[in-house]
Amino acid sequence: MSSLVTDTRVVFSRELRPVLRSPFSIVFSMVQPLFFLALFAPLLPDGTSLQWFVPGIIVMSCLFGTSMTGSNLLYEIQTGSHERMLVTPLRRPALLIGRALKEIVPMLAQAVLIVLVCVPFGFRLHPLGAVFGLLILAGFCVGLGALSYTLALASKNQEWLFWTVQQTLLFPLLLLAGVLLPIEDGPAWLRFLSKINPMTYVVNAERGLFDGDVWSRASGYGLIAAAAVALVGLMIGVRAMQRSD
Amino acid sequence: MMIATRELTKRFKSVTAVDGITLDVAEGELVALLGPNGAGKSTTLRMLTTLIPPTAGSAEVAGLDVVTRQREVRRRIGYIGQGNGAGHSQRGRDELISQGRAYGLPVRQARARATELIDSLGLGEVADRAVSTLSGGQRRRLDIAMGLFHAPELLFLDEPSTGLDPQNRANLQEHIVRLRREHGTTIVLTTHYLEEADSLAERVIVIDHGRIIADDSPERLKAKHVGDRIVLTFHSEEDAGRAAHLLQAARKDDQVTADNGPAQVPEILEELRTAGLTPAAVETRRPTLDDVFLTLTGRSLRDETPEA
Repeated sequence: MSSLVTDTRVVFSRELRPVLRSPFSIVFSMVQPLFFLALFAPLLPDGTSLQWFVPGIIVMSCLFGTSMTGSNLLYEIQTGSHERMLVTPLRRPALLIGRALKEIVPMLAQAVLIVLVCVPFGFRLHPLGAVFGLLILAGFCVGLGALSYTLALASKNQEWLFWTVQQTLLFPLLLLAGVLLPIEDGPAWLRFLSKINPMTYVVNAERGLFDGDVWSRASGYGLIAAAAVALVGLMIGVRAMQRSD
Repeated sequence: MMIATRELTKRFKSVTAVDGITLDVAEGELVALLGPNGAGKSTTLRMLTTLIPPTAGSAEVAGLDVVTRQREVRRRIGYIGQGNGAGHSQRGRDELISQGRAYGLPVRQARARATELIDSLGLGEVADRAVSTLSGGQRRRLDIAMGLFHAPELLFLDEPSTGLDPQNRANLQEHIVRLRREHGTTIVLTTHYLEEADSLAERVIVIDHGRIIADDSPERLKAKHVGDRIVLTFHSEEDAGRAAHLLQAARKDDQVTADNGPAQVPEILEELRTAGLTPAAVETRRPTLDDVFLTLTGRSLRDETPEA
């Protein structure tokens, strides 16, 4: 008999299969973060090191890739394969959870690639911290993926809506998380906006963790923020999927 | 009963798409829902396949309520929608295996069944390519393979041949007929192709404005609502007038409506000859389902442009 877990596994492996069939798609979807690494990192002021910059770029890569993922579902809504799956006995929550969980795989591959690219340039790897960092990031990207799929379900029949919302949110989230420049010296209103951006805590946690500082307060906040995004994303997403027709 | 609906109704805001449809379909029937675009065919199908809940009324599929026992209904039915069921970034074989897994089949069995369907639908050469590279006809065959994967007792097809060329359309109809013959599957399809409904279905349910306006075999629908036409052409209007008067046909266009038209031709000719009238040409026209629709609604189905 099937359960939510087996259903989720079916959806997860279906989503993953095209990625495994053409692994290079993972590299193509991360060209933007790589550009930031190549063209922005050299401009960083002297005091700022790769150790500070790279974790932010890893989170950025996760944000870029995962926030777009709903477009795959949007396309399947338009072509009819989503409808076909809705008529199978697969549980509705599995249709969302399986998809959201799949986001972890390309995210991990991209993070590993970015680290590998940066190590020769002096990025120091602290394995334990990195593992914890990726765990937190996994939670964050599941939540983001779920939200992106929710947006896709809400944009059914109006593709522009998906892209408008996604593009509108992308850069504020990124800049307010202090990925490119530190927020600390900014005006009060900017610091406030940064404080209510969950991604800020994830980025701060990743910076500490990738620097080997595992048991810090920042790691704890990062974990809480990522877990909260995952939980909220999945809850909203599952509800949207249950209403999907 | 494989399907039993009672006053099934669906309203979208102010629009009533399906307006109190009561319908019974027995096991093994092949039924076509015929009607113009927007008549409520697809909405009816979407309620029967658990995609959308009814606003009012009830529907049972395979003896199960479509609202309270959705998952059990889904397990029993197959559905081939208007779009393409296979994800475009997927490979056909992968999608078939996923489909089997979705119905709870173990991987090994799903793989074997996928191969079986790929062979029987002639998809061997394209099954391991990305779906996006397949032609429309190939994708449609893949849809059929997915719809049949778990050998459902009841198969719904929504506008199955829209967008197919005549050859692929014939091919599809052949599959439907074979499925029915070999497995006794109950089949319900929607179509706005008259010929399709006519040649394929034993029972045609004509739907217009969300209501059933006729429900019978194509032959009986035609006989009951239209009848055959015998068209007599004369050399002069005067002769035509006399003949029309003679045959007590009220119509001006010299058309005579009759049951079993061809058999009446000799009799009519004899009658005319007695009166000294010789028609220039005689033609009998068997009615089409479009004539039935025209008689019932005053509109022609052919005015409809097929959806993309």
